[in-house]
Amino acid sequence: MSDAAAAAPTVRAKVFVTLKPSVFDPQGTTIAEALHSMGYGGVEDVRQGKYFELTVRAESTGEAQRQVEEIADRLLANPVIESYRVEVQP
Amino acid sequence: MKFAVVVFPGSNCDHDAYHAVKHVLGHDTDFLWHKETSLKGADAVILPGGFSYGDYLRTGAVARFSPIMQVVARFAAEGGPVLGICNGFQILQEAGLLDGAMLRNRSLKFRCEAVRVRVERADTPFTNLCQAGQLLTLPIAHGDGNFYAPTDVLERLERNGQVVFRYVNAEGEPTPDGNPNGSLDNIAGICNEARNVVALMPHPERACESLLGSVDGRLILDSVVATIRTGANTAETVGWAFRAGGLEQRPRPT
Repeated sequence: MSDAAAAAPTVRAKVFVTLKPSVFDPQGTTIAEALHSMGYGGVEDVRQGKYFELTVRAESTGEAQRQVEEIADRLLANPVIESYRVEVQP
Repeated sequence: MKFAVVVFPGSNCDHDAYHAVKHVLGHDTDFLWHKETSLKGADAVILPGGFSYGDYLRTGAVARFSPIMQVVARFAAEGGPVLGICNGFQILQEAGLLDGAMLRNRSLKFRCEAVRVRVERADTPFTNLCQAGQLLTLPIAHGDGNFYAPTDVLERLERNGQVVFRYVNAEGEPTPDGNPNGSLDNIAGICNEARNVVALMPHPERACESLLGSVDGRLILDSVVATIRTGANTAETVGWAFRAGGLEQRPRPT
């Protein structure tokens, strides 16, 4: 880590990864069926995903957002089957 | 003829592959730790099955960044034969060397059994001793073998003849009951456009001795030996249409 990065403020980022709507989600479907058998008949659909919390040193929230989106695109999500959303908080 | 079997942290079918090519087929074979930056003169590379990096994030997602994958990508781009088995298939997909991705099995169950696959294409370095339409009995052992690709990619794979193996029933038909994991179009194995990178979810290395119930896997491993010996299917004879490989080349969906 460079000195500049070490001195930079900490930014918290959340990454939500979900299967694309066109991709069948067998885990989500199983959970929905369990909820129906538990009596929650109003649950129409469940999609299972992944959630990551990152703590990043960055000069600005904009820079943190850029970095975390790159991280999500390269590693945390597989763009062939998944989409992702990044939320950054100062 | 020299094979390389790449070992990632969590590979657990590396010894099966090594045993098959070294002891059963009798070829010079090296294990290559994933930190290596050379294939050490191998003529063919096997990415074995297992659980690279524990599949902690996604199957194959972390292994894709191992140093050896830069070398494998370069070898593949030059027309070298690369075989991905099970987790090796998933790593090649994550690396962008093969299309699609694996979803959790539709049944959500880990399936460990012998299945029947049909060889769809005999024009790859790993199937040239087979006949198109030939049925093979091979074992599977996976929880994430449900092949998925977007519609346009799937159409391109079919159009280019890149579907190499399909799950079939006892009659050789690609029906839902012959499909152990829900794979789209019963796809069990594919190749790249240049045809030198081939991967499948079943384990040919575990079907090389009659003691193990099938010797059909030998056709796949012997094919690449025949390929190397005759020089067929290599970059020089086929030319290659492979787009520049490499770790940063994973195709992005548009």
